[in-house]
Amino acid sequence: MSETDVLTPTADVGGPQQPLLEVKGLSKHFAVGGSMFGKRSTVRAVDDVNFAVHKGEVLGIVGESGCGKSTTARLIIGLIEPDAGEIILDGELVGSTVSLRDMRRAVQMVFQDSYASLNPRLTIEDTIAFGPTVHGLAADKAHARARDLLAKVGLDPAQFAQRYPHEMSGGQRQRINIARALALAPRLVILDEAVSALDKSVEAQVLNLLIDLKDEFGLTYLFISHDLNVVRFISDKVVVMYLGEIVEAGPVEALFTDARHPYTRALLAAMPSHDPDARTQEAPIAGDPPNPIDPPPGCRFHTRCPFAEAVCSENAPRLTATGTAGHSTACHMVEPASGHTKAPAPAPAEQEIVECPT
Amino acid sequence: MSVIADDTIRIVHVEKARGYWANVGRRLMRDKVAVACAAILILIVLAAILAPWLGLADPYQGSMIRRLRPIGTPRYILGTDELGRDMFARLIYGGRLSLFIGLAPVLLAFVIGTTLGVVAGYVGGLVNQAIMRTVDVFYAFPSVLLAIAISGALGAGIVNSLVSLTIVFIPPIVRVAESVTTSVRTLDFVDAARASGAGALTIMRVHVLGNVLGPIFVYSTSLISVCMILAAGLSFLGLGTKPPEPEWGLMLNTLRTAIYVNPWVAALPGAMIFVVSICFNLLSDGMRSAMDVRD
Amino acid sequence: MIFYVLKRLVLVIPVVLAVAVVCFLLVHITPGDPLVAVLPPDASAELAAQLRKAYGFDRPLPVQFGLWVWKALHGDLGTSIATGRAVLDEVSRAVGNTVTLAIFAAMLGFVSGGTFGFLAGYFRDRWIDRAVTTIAIAGVSMPHYWLGMVLVIVFSVMLGWLPAVGAGPGGWAWDWAHFRHMILPAVTMSVIPMGIVTRTVRALVGDLLSQEFVLALRAKGLSEQRIFVHVVKNTAPTAIAVMGLQLGYLLGGSILIETVFSWPGTGFLLNSAIFQRDLPLLQGTILVLALFFVVLNLLVDVVQAAIDPRIKRS
Repeated sequence: MSETDVLTPTADVGGPQQPLLEVKGLSKHFAVGGSMFGKRSTVRAVDDVNFAVHKGEVLGIVGESGCGKSTTARLIIGLIEPDAGEIILDGELVGSTVSLRDMRRAVQMVFQDSYASLNPRLTIEDTIAFGPTVHGLAADKAHARARDLLAKVGLDPAQFAQRYPHEMSGGQRQRINIARALALAPRLVILDEAVSALDKSVEAQVLNLLIDLKDEFGLTYLFISHDLNVVRFISDKVVVMYLGEIVEAGPVEALFTDARHPYTRALLAAMPSHDPDARTQEAPIAGDPPNPIDPPPGCRFHTRCPFAEAVCSENAPRLTATGTAGHSTACHMVEPASGHTKAPAPAPAEQEIVECPT
Repeated sequence: MSVIADDTIRIVHVEKARGYWANVGRRLMRDKVAVACAAILILIVLAAILAPWLGLADPYQGSMIRRLRPIGTPRYILGTDELGRDMFARLIYGGRLSLFIGLAPVLLAFVIGTTLGVVAGYVGGLVNQAIMRTVDVFYAFPSVLLAIAISGALGAGIVNSLVSLTIVFIPPIVRVAESVTTSVRTLDFVDAARASGAGALTIMRVHVLGNVLGPIFVYSTSLISVCMILAAGLSFLGLGTKPPEPEWGLMLNTLRTAIYVNPWVAALPGAMIFVVSICFNLLSDGMRSAMDVRD
Repeated sequence: MIFYVLKRLVLVIPVVLAVAVVCFLLVHITPGDPLVAVLPPDASAELAAQLRKAYGFDRPLPVQFGLWVWKALHGDLGTSIATGRAVLDEVSRAVGNTVTLAIFAAMLGFVSGGTFGFLAGYFRDRWIDRAVTTIAIAGVSMPHYWLGMVLVIVFSVMLGWLPAVGAGPGGWAWDWAHFRHMILPAVTMSVIPMGIVTRTVRALVGDLLSQEFVLALRAKGLSEQRIFVHVVKNTAPTAIAVMGLQLGYLLGGSILIETVFSWPGTGFLLNSAIFQRDLPLLQGTILVLALFFVVLNLLVDVVQAAIDPRIKRS
């Protein structure tokens, strides 16, 4: 690979219509417990997840902690091996037509813990320059690029290049992490709870920075967060996950104003509001998420769902298109003729079952 | 760009950023005990290295008529040994072998043990099992017994002592290296490095080693004192070097019969071992707190 | 609890096997002919071959190992090349002496180390802490064989109070004549465990007392005696584990001290085995000592688990 290649993003292959990233049937099950005498059980951390991210878009993934958001991110970038499923980057299957190593240049990630994700023994400059050096860029050019990127993320290179992570604030460190992710000129950046650990004021600054960088470099984001306000602010489309499965997906406005899944509605109801009169008084969902080691049969949400009926504990609902284009929900109340009392009447001409909802 | 930076950026007073090791060095220099120990050790090491140029008496030249002179005898400030050789010269010269055989095994074990431990910790899985279970076997022997058993089986000699002591100190270093590496490899910056497409060797070199060497190094320095004592102990048993070579443990052995004639001269080589060993221990403690390593 | 003990017992089997392999291989890393000690220098080739066959050195290694283990399981560790007596007899005679000495030394080291460590941890950063820390670091840095010599110089040569060598007339007996012989080696031997136990207990007690729950206990108005009970309860499992390990080190590491004091134990036996190139005796002694160590480790684990319920669960 020549040096200039590292500094420019990999070429667009399929044009604007082709999704930058497609995830098909992604599954990861972890074996837990188990010893010489005990039996092993499995956590279905991610179970048959499908979605697509279009070029220039921000796709938000929301859900409670433990719902499989972060595992999904790590699966996409190849930090853990999926048990099943395909990752398709701009039409090319990762691991066959495009190598894992090339994929990792096109896809980069920003982690939640700004401190743990920086090597405490390296200067900021060395940290950012590491990736390009690995891909064959000469050390001096890599360092020049690092200083360049520091300026892009709003940190004065003269002041910060030679510092160590412990000499910086959380917001500054997260800027470094963003610069490090951009060092390989990626096309897709996965932001895994990237602003969640920051103070509200710093969070807003970093979010604005992300939006600016997206415009400047023509980036696509996969934005993972548990914070619905932030997701609504930055995303174009949103996927809601519950216990390793997608329960609802759709354009951000449709999802926030016309949520169909009881879980999504509960999450929205639990959002803190700025208007004191609009604040909810009672807890919208009862109890904790069930143990992911033994997910409930049928719809995984039925143990906490106020509308659960017999059918919900028997069959798993499928993602079904609803209302706005691209909006789909996995709920028996939405799926026609599912057997739920609130299910719509079958109307096959309009309703279809979609594979990749976004 | 609409966003500039956090407010804190402008407030933070910018001082020259210091590397980790520079900080450790600065903190160590403030520790008076550690500095004193380092000074004593440097003095002993320098004296041992420069012994031939210090104008000392010949450490091999004995004389039957001046055997076992007491401490303070003119021309023989620390007396003479059972063959009439100058004790002061022999103690200084003795530092050469004694320090070598006290330091070299730990150094070798540090290199080998760190390599094995880091690989076991980073690669994990079957490789980890193979390395760590082998190490466990050596833990079934008390270290002194293991050193003596291997040395005893191999026979007397400096090289054999070196081999047996290295074998004794590899397993504990592997354990420490493996456990720090395992904890470092789960940190996000290692994942970030993997995500940037770096290979396992590059990650180990750039991201893992820098973060694990400190604790492993401090732990290894704490073994030097034990190694000094054990190495001299092997010589004391007659498993190390052979007479007439000056070596503290061996000197202690050959002078044992002299305790009824001139006891304090006989005790001198042991005092040297003690001083060196305690200095290494205190220096290691100083380094531990300077590096803020908790065990 | 029984389940835990069984599990630990199962895990001990591979360790014991590995120990046997190491002991067996010790003889085979030896340079030269293992028969060198018994062969007269002018021995004929036939005599050498005969002896080799008699000792079984002519068979392939795995067969030798199998036979050796099989015999060892039946209490036959071979015959000493130097004395011609059964190795097991030689070792079992020496083990008694070593165990007696090690137990005395351990009691001395544990009691003094525990007391020192507790005082230092309780009065952390006061003068008593500094004094104790100095003693402890001197203890762990001490070439104990040298300390033995110094003690002999002071108490035997200069003062003439205590005997310098040996274990007293005949076998061990509970009388002053024998006890006199025990004092110097036991004190010498206790120094290292004293230092290590002091450091451990000091760290444990210091850490515990700085924890918030102790503050809460004090705030509740609990007396110092009751707090002492809490401290002991919380530090005992770790302290016992460290002590158990130290007892093991004493048993296995007594060779230097036994040599200094000519104490007729396993270390002394090992020493003569090494210098007479008596490999079956060397092998047998090390095997017995290592097995002692393994069993002791097992006991420590079980006792620790019995006191501290957290261990069983992890």
